[in-house]
Amino acid sequence: MIKKDSISKTEILSTSCKSEKININSTLIRTFLLDIAYVTLFLTKVLKTMFSSNFEFKEFLRQCYKIGYKSLPLLSVTGLILGLVLTIQSRPILIDFGAVSLLPSMVATSVIREMGPMITALICAGKIGSGMGAELGSMKVSEQIDAMEVSSTNPINFLVVTRVVAATLMIPLLVFYADAFSMLGSWLGSNIKGDISFVLFSSQAFSHITFLDFLPAIIKSFFFGSVIGLVGCYKGYNAGRGTASVGVAANSAVVVSSLLVIIVDLIAVQITDLIVL
Amino acid sequence: MNLKLKNIKSETLSSSNVHEIILEVNHLKKSFRDQEVLKDISFKLFEGENLVILGKSGSGKSVLVKCIVGLLKSDSGAISIFGKKSSSLNAKEFNELRQKIGFLFQSGALYDSMTVKENLEFPLRRMIKKLTENEISDKVNEVLENVGLKDALYKMPAQLSGGMQKRISLARTIAVDPIIMLYDEPTTGLDPITSDEISTLINEIQKKYKTSSIIITHDIKCALKTANRIIMLKDGEVYYEANVADFVHSDDSFIKSFFN
Ligand SMILES: Nc1ncnc2c1ncn2[C@@H]1O[C@H](COP(=O)(O)OP(=O)(O)OP(=O)(O)O)[C@@H](O)[C@H]1O
Ligand SMILES: [Mg+2]
Repeated sequence: MIKKDSISKTEILSTSCKSEKININSTLIRTFLLDIAYVTLFLTKVLKTMFSSNFEFKEFLRQCYKIGYKSLPLLSVTGLILGLVLTIQSRPILIDFGAVSLLPSMVATSVIREMGPMITALICAGKIGSGMGAELGSMKVSEQIDAMEVSSTNPINFLVVTRVVAATLMIPLLVFYADAFSMLGSWLGSNIKGDISFVLFSSQAFSHITFLDFLPAIIKSFFFGSVIGLVGCYKGYNAGRGTASVGVAANSAVVVSSLLVIIVDLIAVQITDLIVL
Repeated sequence: MNLKLKNIKSETLSSSNVHEIILEVNHLKKSFRDQEVLKDISFKLFEGENLVILGKSGSGKSVLVKCIVGLLKSDSGAISIFGKKSSSLNAKEFNELRQKIGFLFQSGALYDSMTVKENLEFPLRRMIKKLTENEISDKVNEVLENVGLKDALYKMPAQLSGGMQKRISLARTIAVDPIIMLYDEPTTGLDPITSDEISTLINEIQKKYKTSSIIITHDIKCALKTANRIIMLKDGEVYYEANVADFVHSDDSFIKSFFN
């Protein structure tokens, strides 16, 4: 009797677990599909506004200052350390192969093609993406976005378009800036155990760099910028009600934009590979 | 339902020279998913009057005014402002109409990345495009003086107390000379003295700018001080409508409970 009872209980339990799983799966799919729909709607709204409304130039400049200028200290430090670390790590291996003279150009290639854009984009996803998510989220929660709307101002045009355009244009510039600091860091790194003048270092570093190393990096940096701007604004602009949703918006802005940056990078590398070969 | 609903004609209103209908809401419905917030709301706002809308917290008062200014879309029903159905207007026409409506947000909604001065200039620059710098600064000073906060010009909203923020927000709303004022809980969260000041301010604005106002509140003191007419919401419908004297002497238990 007891055994039978216990069996039937586990059976019931397992079937109920199954149905719960199915339920969870179906709600997951539902929210995923809904998310895609909302994102598409948001994107079309932003694009439509971008081409149909007057551009808010003053706010755009303010955002450029915030996104570009305010990120310089952080990127100086990160860039410098990136170059330094790359150099210190690769030096022993290159010495083993007797190819230490290739060190500058190896670091330059990896920084310009991949590390510079990637690290800059990830840092900006953290700094700028979370900033946008939190700022727009708190504006939404405290009804500031509604207040804008009743003052005859299209919040998508004033808040979102300016931020997305600013991020799209500023990230490539920041990538250049970080690249330069990485090369400086690499030169410093080469001088810890060796002795190489800056002129010699630069000529060695750039001897193998062509325009085709720069171009894909610049193009993908524009995409990184727009992804960071769009995700940050989307998350902030669509924050829920209540202050807790501000934190959620900021957090998910960072997570989603970092992930998308990596995915965009993967796609960009594949495309570059196909075209250049 | 609607036991005590009275049909008040404009002549019975306390201010004698009101007659024209400025704003009319007819059978308004609004739900969020399966939550029916507004079931069937109809009322009129007459020229020059202060109409107080009372109701418990969560009864949909904020939703109602947001539907009026078009921040939320109603499910059905009609809103007419100055005789024009707002659903029949295109975006540009609706924007023009909206410039005549001032909306004081429940939370104040000051832009917290801007100073008080920039906050006040924002609607002036955007809604009345042809103002000169001098006119803008004159207007900013005038409205700040009206709300008694002349020294706050260069402060950030975070440096102001809740009551001061409400008053700056009020100043920002009246800066563009609205014809209809919608106050969403102007006195909530303020001490009795400041609440009283805000109520006085509302009456002064009514007199000075000749506005017709809807005042949403659950603060009975503010309601009695500012109202020409009172509407009570309950369960998403208009439960009671009367002038102030009738309201005070009502023996309905729900209304009486508001006084305690
Ligand atoms: N944007 C929204 N999405 C979902 N539900 C909402 C939304 N806005 C309001 N509600 C719901 O509608 C109901 C009425 O809200 P509303 O803010 O109008 O209440 P209220 O009468 O203004 O209350 P209070 O006096 O506390 O301000 C609440 O239950 C709220 O949860
Ligand atoms: Mg409310």
